[in-house]
Amino acid sequence: MGLAYTYYPGCSVGATSRWYDISLRAVAKALDVELAELEDWNCCGATAYMSVRELMSFCISARNLALAEPLGRDIVTPCNACFTVLHKTNRYWHEDETLRGKVNEALAAAGLHYKGTVKVRHALDPFVNDVGLDAISEKVTKPLAGLKVAAYYGCQLVRPETGLDSPDYPVILDQLLASLGAEPVDWAMKARCCGASLIVSREDVARDLIADILKCAADAGAEAITTLCPMCHINLETQMARINKDYGFDLNFPVLFFTQLMGVALGVDETELGLDKGFIDARPLLTRHGIGARA
Amino acid sequence: MYAPAVNEAFLAEVSSLPGGERITQCIQCGSCSGSCPTAAWMDHSPRQIFALIRCGMRDEVLSSNTPWTCASCYTCYVRCPKEIKITDIMYALKRLSIREHKAKPETKPARVMAEVFEGLVNKHGRNSEFHLMRRLYGRPSAITKALRNAPSGMKLKRLGRLPFRQEKLSANGLMQMKQITDAVEKMGGL
Repeated sequence: MGLAYTYYPGCSVGATSRWYDISLRAVAKALDVELAELEDWNCCGATAYMSVRELMSFCISARNLALAEPLGRDIVTPCNACFTVLHKTNRYWHEDETLRGKVNEALAAAGLHYKGTVKVRHALDPFVNDVGLDAISEKVTKPLAGLKVAAYYGCQLVRPETGLDSPDYPVILDQLLASLGAEPVDWAMKARCCGASLIVSREDVARDLIADILKCAADAGAEAITTLCPMCHINLETQMARINKDYGFDLNFPVLFFTQLMGVALGVDETELGLDKGFIDARPLLTRHGIGARA
Repeated sequence: MYAPAVNEAFLAEVSSLPGGERITQCIQCGSCSGSCPTAAWMDHSPRQIFALIRCGMRDEVLSSNTPWTCASCYTCYVRCPKEIKITDIMYALKRLSIREHKAKPETKPARVMAEVFEGLVNKHGRNSEFHLMRRLYGRPSAITKALRNAPSGMKLKRLGRLPFRQEKLSANGLMQMKQITDAVEKMGGL
């Protein structure tokens, strides 16, 4: 029997990031990892909810932890924001006695209880740390040979205090890409913030941040960017054309979820990877490298 | 009538907010401002905000765009040598500025987004990207922005990545959400 986790998809994966969800499930299956979706999960609250109500945000977030606890497995989520909020809720629940009391009181009103035994993890983590890079490498049937990829971590995967990797210069996604045969490029903005929801509230600010990130990846020689957060993914891909126009750039590379690249390398059926569902179709690039995808 | 510009209790007030405990430890080193990717667009950099809090410049702080320009990337938080939970303080300042109607008009889109998001989650248990965008870009004041972003929206729709349905919890799940939020309301928690 392989590894098994409770899966918390988060709100974006049903919509703009649906290929993240589909490819993640397919890759997990290929690696004999069981992801059992948490039944009746609710929104973690993300950044927006916490800006209006803090205690409420911790309490609704804790409902998910309480639902997951009897299942006795770690929670795994593919979204950086969900990961941050669930992880932060869990951490503060342990660290702050007053908060713990309030959260438990609110959960009790709904007939729920949390004992504090759940571990919250980002979807990248079990692949790298439980399955292991060597085991993944052994299962690669179509190495991503010659593919220069910029591994973009976004901000919240390694902050605050997630203990997963360096908050300034993380490397685990680069290592995963290398185990798939790809050539991760060395670049400075791998953990720089894309602005997240500022794209809605302060478009001017977010677009400058996104332009910096895209340009930096291109200058480092990347042919594609890979992300592990729905917000980063949508910000980078939807803004590229306008940034080209406004800043005089000529950027033209696909933005892929890391699970899509894993899927290609592991020989997962292409219909489960959505390589053509991005703003820029990734298949011609892969074909150019002889990596099997049909253009 | 004499109206003091300085509020001596403000520092104590902020340090009593969740995450604000260590604010008195700030040594004005500037690591936060130097690390912040959005500091260039802020009325006052994070370091300046902490100096203003210590000076008791309550209105200046609460009407500043600074907390609303914070993208919540936690870079300052992990770099602060005094382990001040800076991002949490920015959140707290946002809530305070909403509660006291101090925020500047330019921060309205961020406030509206947070409030619409909260409303959707409270009602359905989950956010829906389409319905959030419809509510935000569907307002008359957002027409220019809506038009600029329409091509992206249509492309997402064409790619099958913008479903109109609103995800919902089960009846039991929604009841639990309501019981939880009612309980928090009773505790008087923000």
